[in-house]
Amino acid sequence: MKTATKVEAAAELIPEGSTLLIGGFMGVGSPHRLIDALVARGVGGFTVVANDTAMPGTGIGKLVTAGLIARAIVSHIGLNPETQAKMISGEIDVDLVPQGTLVERIRAGGVGLGGVLTATGLGTSVEEGKRVVEVEGKRFLLETPIRGDFALIAAKSADYKGNLEYSLTAHNFNPVMALAADTVIAEPHTILPVGAIPPDAVKTPGVLVDHLLEREH
Amino acid sequence: MDAKEIIARRVALEVKDGMLVNLGIGLPSMVANFLPDDVDVFFQAENGVIGLGARPPEGMEDADLTDAGGAFVTAVPGAASIDSAMSFGLIRGGHLDMTVLGGLQVDERGYLANWMVPGKMVPGMGGAMDLVSGAKRVVVAMVHTQKGKPKIVPECTLPLTALRRISLIVTEMAVIQPTEEGLVLRETGPGVTVEQVQEATSAKLIVRDAIQEMKLA
Repeated sequence: MKTATKVEAAAELIPEGSTLLIGGFMGVGSPHRLIDALVARGVGGFTVVANDTAMPGTGIGKLVTAGLIARAIVSHIGLNPETQAKMISGEIDVDLVPQGTLVERIRAGGVGLGGVLTATGLGTSVEEGKRVVEVEGKRFLLETPIRGDFALIAAKSADYKGNLEYSLTAHNFNPVMALAADTVIAEPHTILPVGAIPPDAVKTPGVLVDHLLEREH
Repeated sequence: MDAKEIIARRVALEVKDGMLVNLGIGLPSMVANFLPDDVDVFFQAENGVIGLGARPPEGMEDADLTDAGGAFVTAVPGAASIDSAMSFGLIRGGHLDMTVLGGLQVDERGYLANWMVPGKMVPGMGGAMDLVSGAKRVVVAMVHTQKGKPKIVPECTLPLTALRRISLIVTEMAVIQPTEEGLVLRETGPGVTVEQVQEATSAKLIVRDAIQEMKLA
């Protein structure tokens, strides 16, 4: 049985300078209430690991605008000119990672693997500074695991045990990130009695979830 | 018919019944509008759906169902929603039959540059590097020149997307197939001569047989 955490209290758990894994793809499937609470609190210096920085005024874009991000490890910033401007001015240190490599590095961090071997990025600027490993005659880049202090994820619904199910394209990075952080804070749209989410529909087992945000008011 | 429609209608003929296809944002996404009725395929959007459908009616959008550009879409009967690890597993693992992407430059080796212009535009690679490395067929759909300057060049001056020879280039002026020997001109655009194609191309083109004018879906 989890207790429901108030969104402000959840934001208070997160110290300055933490590494945050944040779910979402252009804001779809991002923990929007939690992001708003972080902006309201104003503590930053975060390293944010996410697919993208969304758009100004949406999802992770609000953290960019509020100046709370020191470093971003992301695959795409094309729809957020503020991130690009802050990267050029040096305010945000941006590491661009191919999307499939990013999700697998987080997965590796979450499932106890020492890294990922992928052909993606070979012969491009992504290869710089990395080891190339040959396996059965094929060349791969060695990509290292990523973990976070906190995973901030969104879900369609949770039950009282913290089991999560997701909706359509709002899965994206959320299920993988739930494995890869010391503390997992989940923001479900609805919270249901145990049993209301059938076992086959659970994509993130509740054992991974530390805090559930209380229902939306 | 404008250049983009010519390109989309020609690329549509590359899509075969039963394929799993990923269409990039912008021009490539137009290809879906021109598929013959007897071609039944699944479109993948890398943000997490196999079986991407048309735009929903105004006011009936689902906030949790978008394409990789963040535009609202629907899902066709038989669709599956997937997380990012599954999505890129399909892409890298050779399960994706074809990807259609835009391009900034393609060179005589068949290498593509499409993710950044140093000092000008750094959107990030998103899923492009994984798509170009992993898809069974890679079709580049782009206008032939950029402000009169050739985009099909002897060697890419922009950062490469992958060290992989792409399968086909489709522009409004030509269909060009990169091969071991170089770029082979296969078809010319409506009303375009071989000489005009060569004039708008700084790469060397191999012209072997009588060149047909391209058919359009």
